[in-house]
Amino acid sequence: MKSKADKTKATPKPAEAEAQPAKGKRGFWAQVGQTLLIPALAMFTGLLFGAIIIVITDPHVLAAYKNFLSDPLTALASPFVAVFNAYGALFTGSFGSPAALVTGIQSYFATGESKLLLKAIYPFTESLVTATPYIFAGLAVALGFRCGLFNIGAEGQFFIGALCSAYVGYAFQMPWYIHLPLALLAGALGGAIWGAIPGYLKAVTGAHEVVNTIMMNWIAFRLSDWLLTGPMMASGYRPVTPVIADSAFLPRLFPAPLRFNVGFFLALAVAALVWWFLFKTTLGFEIRAVGSNPDAARYAGMSTVRNFVLVMVLSGALAGLAGASQVLGVDHWVGQGFSAGYGFDSIALALLGKSHPFGVVVAAILFGFMRGGATRMQSMAGIPIDIISVIQGFVIIFVAAPAIIRAIYRLRAARTEETVLTRGWGK
Amino acid sequence: MPPVLELRGVSKAFPGVLANDHIDLTLEEGEIHALLGENGAGKTTLMNILYGLYKPDEGQIFVRGEQVEIHGPSDAIAHGVGMVHQHFMLIPVMTVTENVMLGVETTRNGIFLDRAAVAKRIREISEQYGLEVEPDAYVKDLPVGAQQRVEIIKVLYRQADILILDEPTAVLTPQEVEGLFKVLRTLVAKGKSIIFITHKLKEVMALADRITVLRGGKMAGSVTPKEASQEKLAAMMVGRQVNLTVRKKEAKPAEVAIAVKDLFVRDERKNMTVRGVSFDVRVGEVLGVAGVQGNGQTELVYALTGLLPAVSGTISILGKPLRRASPRKILERGVAHVPEDRQKHGLILSFPIHDNLVLCSYYLPPNARGIAMQGNTIIATATKLVEQFDVRTPSVYVNASTLSGGNQQKVIVAREFSRPIKLLIASQPTRGLDVGSIEYIHNRIVAKRDEGTAVLLVSPELDEIIALSDRIAVMYKGQIVDIIPAAGVNRKYLGLLMAGVKPAEALETTPRTTDEVEVERVF
Repeated sequence: MKSKADKTKATPKPAEAEAQPAKGKRGFWAQVGQTLLIPALAMFTGLLFGAIIIVITDPHVLAAYKNFLSDPLTALASPFVAVFNAYGALFTGSFGSPAALVTGIQSYFATGESKLLLKAIYPFTESLVTATPYIFAGLAVALGFRCGLFNIGAEGQFFIGALCSAYVGYAFQMPWYIHLPLALLAGALGGAIWGAIPGYLKAVTGAHEVVNTIMMNWIAFRLSDWLLTGPMMASGYRPVTPVIADSAFLPRLFPAPLRFNVGFFLALAVAALVWWFLFKTTLGFEIRAVGSNPDAARYAGMSTVRNFVLVMVLSGALAGLAGASQVLGVDHWVGQGFSAGYGFDSIALALLGKSHPFGVVVAAILFGFMRGGATRMQSMAGIPIDIISVIQGFVIIFVAAPAIIRAIYRLRAARTEETVLTRGWGK
Repeated sequence: MPPVLELRGVSKAFPGVLANDHIDLTLEEGEIHALLGENGAGKTTLMNILYGLYKPDEGQIFVRGEQVEIHGPSDAIAHGVGMVHQHFMLIPVMTVTENVMLGVETTRNGIFLDRAAVAKRIREISEQYGLEVEPDAYVKDLPVGAQQRVEIIKVLYRQADILILDEPTAVLTPQEVEGLFKVLRTLVAKGKSIIFITHKLKEVMALADRITVLRGGKMAGSVTPKEASQEKLAAMMVGRQVNLTVRKKEAKPAEVAIAVKDLFVRDERKNMTVRGVSFDVRVGEVLGVAGVQGNGQTELVYALTGLLPAVSGTISILGKPLRRASPRKILERGVAHVPEDRQKHGLILSFPIHDNLVLCSYYLPPNARGIAMQGNTIIATATKLVEQFDVRTPSVYVNASTLSGGNQQKVIVAREFSRPIKLLIASQPTRGLDVGSIEYIHNRIVAKRDEGTAVLLVSPELDEIIALSDRIAVMYKGQIVDIIPAAGVNRKYLGLLMAGVKPAEALETTPRTTDEVEVERVF
């Protein structure tokens, strides 16, 4: 500590040199604020628009307004009641009820009985469970965006990854410290292969990755139909795989029925790794250069083609890991319709997270909580789950077209370059 | 008699910049008034206000003594103000007549276009003002100079008597520039008045009756050519004394750095745009490639730097042949490239300055160890380079997009010149830059030459080529038509070659060299 202080004293830097980075750092935080502003406002506006739709479609509101003349107060209040109920249920569904949490803690300390406490934190952990594959898949799409590629194929890569890790999971018997990594690796590898094909086609023939990843999705779906009704089908009549061996489980951190597992932390670690890879390595530098300005990247001696393939492989691997984490941590088997839109939602949250690994984590957790709370919203407030998709849709529109948000909130256009997400159909 | 046009105290602010700060401008009838200033001085903003494209925050406009409000180009035209844009607004697949009548179509019986009547009127205008143009010719078949005449006719056809010409000489050969000046003099002799926007001092001195200089959005003064000199005008533009000549010692050419033989290159649309080019550049000399833009210079440079493949022919760098080499291989042989389009190739605008400074060397030690980039080293080097190359920026962390054009170019120059290089390929290194930055970059190029670097300079600006080169190659339609020593070269001869005249024919009327000492660099 002391020697460090001495060192700085011994080599005093010129004031200018020190002032400059400081200025740059302040600029950095201003930039972070600027970057977060649009997604946050998009989220807020999305919830606002969702509220409007809840009000319009709620039968109670309609009924209250039919009796407007006899009971105007109820009618006027009814929209607010409806929205409050819906979003209240969404909140307790995703975070848990604060009252239940307090009771749970009290009973735990009073009696040592953890049942009530576990029940209280169940919604919260379930939201994180939902967020886990979102993080992986969101990172997959975000990585593609950073290189100017639009990987719509996360859905298919997710499915293939899940099938590969499920296969390794049920077909082998090994000690867990080999079996689990091997199953994860199989998932990543399956996704990587599924991503590599469109990447290679783009590099060699110039075929647009959007078209090819969509096609690869369909191949994945039909391939899985065949696998689940044929080679990979468990004994019985349902089109599902056998349950994987315990040794391939991602360990769960709480007793059943809580499904929260180490997959969440693995996802956070991978996000940190992706951040390091993108911003601190030469490979990431190339990827970002190719994504931001392919002409300048070529001028600087980078191979755009090689980067396209590399990114599609890595993106596929991340999406594959999303599938693996779902199989190994949550479901323990794969059935038809398993992917359930995770891959498509991940496009939205990569946009919402501004293609930054940490942004993706935040967006994924947000989506996890919305999805987690949606079920409760349906059962408590009678609001269909689909409203969540509608809100997501609004958020995507606002994030993809920031001009709308700027117009609504009268913000001045950011002077920095907008991140280029993908390129058109040209060369 | 009141002046034809008068601007009084016109101001216009954009977020963060005061583009025009109380500008006064008086245009007398029959006068050529030059508006001089660097890029970003506010010339274009002022003219856009006059043409109704921007609304001024303050100030008044008077036409022939009457105050007017101009809300759009149609108002401007109604008041007799016409604009000839720097980039022509013509439709190539239409005839001259059709282009001229576009928007103000004359019809017979209300539905049929009356081309004949318009063509007749065009012939009258062109006779009256000496603007030679064939009304039935297609615009795409016309040389650039003739296209510009069409633009002028378009304005005259709309009965403008105040003409604004925005950087009209940027795309012309020297002979075409003379032709344009002749036309402009005829126009004012017949009662028209002209505002001529430029940053070229020599043209201003030759043509203008009155010169108004803008600097940083403010009036830097208004003078006549008699009171002014090029040095004085340059000082008014920049705000300090500027050294107009490039001082350089005699070149000491040594071994051949790059030899090109029978090179053929196709552009991205697969047209053969470089057709059999041969030349070499020696260490310690500057070879300038002159020529009107679009004669294959771009593709030549792309082929030399690996951005386009050569169809046939050989390129060898320092004695070693290059065959299908990638841009990186060429970079690693010691070739630096200052690209023609700095925003397309030269920079990644959304990257901070420090990342742009390592764009070509990010993977080499000390910038990287293995795959881990060494952020502290990169920032320390960047901070040093920014200081050394005088890049004006708040810090190395800001994005390249926030810099002015001159400072962006300095970032590229800093990156390319700080590497150990044997050959510098500089394509239009000062395009769109202010006088101060031009001076700086020119001196850097000469210094590089004297350090023992071979320099290939490509520029459509003849003045830049003459000022910097030791030898000059003229390119026309994909071929190098002649290579001439730069000392005492005759600008007229170069102009003829640039316009496509064969060297033998050109020599019949014009000698290669002249006694006029041509050292002055003009902007």
